[in-house]
Amino acid sequence: MNSLIDSVVSTATVAETKYTAKDFASDQDVRWCPGCGDYSILAQVQRVMPELNVPREKVVVVSGIGCSSRFPYYMNTYGFHSIHGRAPAIASGLKIARPDLSVWVATGDGDGLSIGGNHMIHVLRRNVDINILMFNNQIYGLTKGQYSPTSEMGKVTKTSPVGSVDMPFNPASLALGSGGTFVARSLDRDPKHMQTIVKRAAEHKGTSFVEIYQNCNVFNDGAFFAFTEKETKPDTVVFLEHGKPLVFGKDNDKGIKLDGFSPVVVSLKDGSHSVNDLLVHNEKDSTLAFILANMTYNPELPRPVGIFLAIDRPRYEVEMEKQIDSAISKRGKGSLEKLLNSGDTWVIQ
Amino acid sequence: MEKETRVLDEVTIRFAGDSGDGMQLTGGQFTNTSAAMGNDLSTLPDYPAEIRAPKDTTYGVSGFQIHFGTTEINTPGDHCDVLVAMNAASLKVNLRSLIDGGIIIVNTDGFGDKNLKLAGYNQSPLSDGSLSKFQVFQVDITKLTNLALADMNLSQKVVDKTKNFFALGMMYWMFNRTLDNTIQWIQEKFEKKPELIEANTRVMKAGWNYAETTDIFAVKYDVKPAPLTPGKYRNINGNQATALGFVAAAEKANLPLFLGSYPITPATGILEELAYFKNYGVKTFQCEDEIAGITSAIGAAFGGNLAITTTSGPGVALKTEAIGLAVMTELPLVIVNVQRGGPSTGLPTKTEQADLLQAVYGRNGEAPVPVIAASSPSDCFNSAFEASRIALKYMTPVMLLTDGYIANGSEPWLIPEVKDLKEIPVKFRKDPVDYQPYQRDEITLSREWAIPGTPGLEHRIGGLEKHVKTGNINYEPENHHTMISLRAAKVERIANDIPPATVEGDESGELLLVGWGGTYGTIKTAVERKRKEGKSVSQLHLHYINPLPKNLGEVLARYKTILVPEINLGQLIKLLREKFLIPAVGLNKVQGLPFRSIEIEQKIDEILGGKQ
Ligand SMILES: Cc1ncc(C[n+]2csc(CCOP(=O)(O)OP(=O)(O)O)c2C)c(N)n1
Ligand code: SF4
Ligand SMILES: [Mg+2]
Repeated sequence: MNSLIDSVVSTATVAETKYTAKDFASDQDVRWCPGCGDYSILAQVQRVMPELNVPREKVVVVSGIGCSSRFPYYMNTYGFHSIHGRAPAIASGLKIARPDLSVWVATGDGDGLSIGGNHMIHVLRRNVDINILMFNNQIYGLTKGQYSPTSEMGKVTKTSPVGSVDMPFNPASLALGSGGTFVARSLDRDPKHMQTIVKRAAEHKGTSFVEIYQNCNVFNDGAFFAFTEKETKPDTVVFLEHGKPLVFGKDNDKGIKLDGFSPVVVSLKDGSHSVNDLLVHNEKDSTLAFILANMTYNPELPRPVGIFLAIDRPRYEVEMEKQIDSAISKRGKGSLEKLLNSGDTWVIQ
Repeated sequence: MEKETRVLDEVTIRFAGDSGDGMQLTGGQFTNTSAAMGNDLSTLPDYPAEIRAPKDTTYGVSGFQIHFGTTEINTPGDHCDVLVAMNAASLKVNLRSLIDGGIIIVNTDGFGDKNLKLAGYNQSPLSDGSLSKFQVFQVDITKLTNLALADMNLSQKVVDKTKNFFALGMMYWMFNRTLDNTIQWIQEKFEKKPELIEANTRVMKAGWNYAETTDIFAVKYDVKPAPLTPGKYRNINGNQATALGFVAAAEKANLPLFLGSYPITPATGILEELAYFKNYGVKTFQCEDEIAGITSAIGAAFGGNLAITTTSGPGVALKTEAIGLAVMTELPLVIVNVQRGGPSTGLPTKTEQADLLQAVYGRNGEAPVPVIAASSPSDCFNSAFEASRIALKYMTPVMLLTDGYIANGSEPWLIPEVKDLKEIPVKFRKDPVDYQPYQRDEITLSREWAIPGTPGLEHRIGGLEKHVKTGNINYEPENHHTMISLRAAKVERIANDIPPATVEGDESGELLLVGWGGTYGTIKTAVERKRKEGKSVSQLHLHYINPLPKNLGEVLARYKTILVPEINLGQLIKLLREKFLIPAVGLNKVQGLPFRSIEIEQKIDEILGGKQ
C-alpha cells in the first residue's frame, strides 16, 4: 500500500553502524532494587542487541506493569510501557501493522500469566513474530510481595499468611500447550546461557517465549538459588542442547533416560547406563518438548533449562499480508471510488 | 376488472415471518426496487435474538420494516400500514405495530392448528373476529407457490424457500413496483443455478398475477418518486457506513487502516465489513477479547496506522483502562460504541442511548475524550471520517457513538465524490534534532507522532505521568497538574475546529428540542409535523458532545423551554444542565426501542399546550 509510513518502513537498511551494548542503554537511571535479577536480564539483552544486525530504530520493547515491565525505559530503542498484562496484545497489533519492526515484550509472572494470561496464550497460538521475555520471580514484586501464579503451593506472603493453596503454572508447559513455536527457559545468574537463548529467540521466526528465572532479592530472595548457585546447580539443572544427550551432575555423572514417556534419572557411574542410553534432545520434536517441560516441579528430576522447542509454523502477520496480496491480485487494488459506489446503486436525475 | 389506483404520500410496510421465511431478503428487495424508483425511504430489520429459534414460535419471528414515500422520509415509521404475516406467530408479534384500518396479508398455510398453538393462539385470529378493524387478505401462499412450480420437479424444501417471492410479487403489484430490479438480482444471485432463477422468478410473477386477477385485491397504490437531490445513491446501513467512513479517512490521511475488535452485537457488522476490504490493505485483527481489541489498535497507532476498535457498551467497559492509556500516551485512536440495551448483557439486539456518560466520563482519573455521535445510518460515514480526523489531528482517542437502531437501519445515501472528501493532513516527525516526545503544537496542543523505524527518534511512552517537555516519568505535583490541565485543554480546543450548532426551525422561540445520535429522524418528523400546525418549535441535533459546539449556550438561551428526548434516563440533559445551568426538560424512554414520533409530538403538545 502506498502510504505515509512507507518511507519509514523502507528505511529498513541493514545496520551499518556497529553498535555496542552501550548504544542500547537509555539515559534513564535504572531504578530496580540493588541486587535485583532484572539488572542481569537488561545487561544480557543490551549485549545481544548489537549482534542481531537490526537497526536500533527498528527495535520496539513493549511491556505491561511490574518491576520487570520498567524494562523499556532502560533500553535506548522505541519503547512502550503500557498497562497491566496487555503487552502481548499491544505488541501483536504493532507487529501486524508493522512487520518491518523487531518487537519485544518484557513481562513478569503476574503481568504475563495472571492478568495478561489470556493475551499470552493467544499470541502464542497465533505465532506473531515477537520475542517475549518473561521475568519469573514467582512473586508480585512491584506491589510488594504477594504470591503470583508461579509461586509454589504453600507460599507464605502478606496475602497468603498461612500459605497459598493454588497450584502454580509451569510457564513452559503453558506456552507449549498454547501452541508456542519457540519455548525456552534461562537463568538470570547465567549470563552466557541467557545471551545464547535471547539471541536464538530473536532469530526465531514466530513468537518466542523465554521464561527467565529472576531473583527478587527483596520479596522472594533465593527462590531459584538451588538452580542458579554453583554448589547446587550441577545436580539440580539439566541443560537442553539440541542433538545432545541429557547429561548433568557435578562430574557429568548423571543422565536422563526415557522410561516409556517418563524421564528418569540414571547414573552414568555405576555401570548400569552409558551416554548411549540417554534421551537425546531434539528441539524440533514437540512431543518431547511436552515431556521435558513436564519435568519442571518434579522433585525427583533436575530442572530443565534451555530451548524446549524451536519449530517453524506460519506466522500470523505473514499470513495476513499474504491474504492482502492475494486479494489485491484477485480483485485489484481497491479504489475508494469503487468501494463507495459498490452494491446496488441508482441515479436520481 | 379494471382496478382502482390510489396515490399515497408515504407508506410503511412490515414483512414478517419465521426466521426461515426469508423476510429480510424480501424486505431488502422491496427496498432496492423502491429506491431505484426514486422514493425516499428508511428501513429497519427486526431479527429474533435466538439464532435458530424453534420454527413457528413467537421468538423466532423475523421482521423487516420499510417506510417509503414521495416526501422526505426520516424514520422507518412509527407504525405500519401494511403487515405481511407468513405465519401465526409473526401476526401475533407484529399486530400491535399495525395502524387501525391497516392491511394484513396472511399466508393461510401458516395458520394451521400447529402454527396457532406454537404462536399461543387458542383460536384462529383469522376467524374469531379479532381482526375486524383491519383489512385482512387471506392467501394460501404455500399452495399457490406449489402450483406455480408443479411441473418443475423441485424438492419441497426448495419450493418452500421461494414462497417469500410470492408475497413479494403481490406487494409489487399492490404498490405498482417494477419486477425488473428483482429479476435482475435473481439472475445475478443464482447465476450458476438456472432452475432457481426460473423458480424464483416464476413464483414472484405468480404472486403479481394472482393479485392482478383475483377479486380480493381491488385497490392498488402508487407512491410517486420523492424530490431527492440528484446524484448517485445506494442504500446503506449504519455499520456499513461506519466501515466505509474509516476506509475513506485512511485514504485521505494516507495511512493504513487497522481494526482490532472482538465480535459483539450490534457492532460486529463493522468488523465483518472491514474484514472483506483486504484489497484496500485494511488489516482486521479479530482478538481474544475487547481489551486486546483496543490494545492491539493502540500498538498499531504507535506504529503509525489509523487505528480503530469497534464494540458495544459491555466491550467499552472492558476497554476503559486502555482508553486511559491512549489518553495518556496521546496516540490517535477511534473507539466505536454501537450502543445496545444495558446494563450488563442487557438487551443485546435492542437499541439504547445509555452509554453517553460512559463515553464522556467513564474512566479513572481525569481522562477527557472527544465524543462524536452519528445521527442516522448514512451519517455514520461522516462521523467515522470526522472521528478519524480529530483523532489524528489532536493525537487523542475519540469515542464515536452509534446505536443498534442506526447500525441496522438503512436509508438511501447520496454517494460522495472522493475528490470532495477533505484531505486529512498527517505528518510524522522525522527530524531528530531537539526531539521531545511531549512537545506540543501551539494551536492544537497535540504532540508529534514519531513512529518506530524513524532513526534518531527512539523514545519511550507509557501510562505513567510524564514530564511536560521530555516525556520522562515524572511524579512532581505541579507537573502532574500541568499535564492534567494540558490534556483537558487539548480536548477543549477541538471546539475551535468543529461546526457551530445549527437550529432547524426558528432562530428563537417557545421550544427547542435538543437531541443527539440516532433519534434525529424521529425528532425531525415530530418537529416538522408540529411546525406545520404552526407551533413554535425547533430542533437542534448535536453531533459533537465533547467538546460541545462553542455557540451552544448562546443558542439554547434563545428558547423558553429546552426539551431533551433521549433513549435513557437523562444523560445529555445532565451535561447541558451542568454546563449551561439551564432547567431543561427530559423526555425519556428506555424500552430497547426507538422513539415513535408520536411520543415526541405528544410531549411537545404537553409543553406548548394542546392548541396554540
Ligand atoms: C489493572 C491493574 N491491576 C493491578 C495493578 C497492580 N499491579 C501492578 S504490578 C502487579 C504485579 C506485578 O507482578 P509481576 O508481573 O510478576 O511483576 P514483577 O513486579 O514481579 O516484576 C500488580 C498486581 C495494576 N497496576 N493494574
Ligand atoms: S522488588 Fe524485587 S523484582 Fe522488584 S526491583 Fe526489587 S528486587 Fe527486583
Ligand atoms: Mg513477578
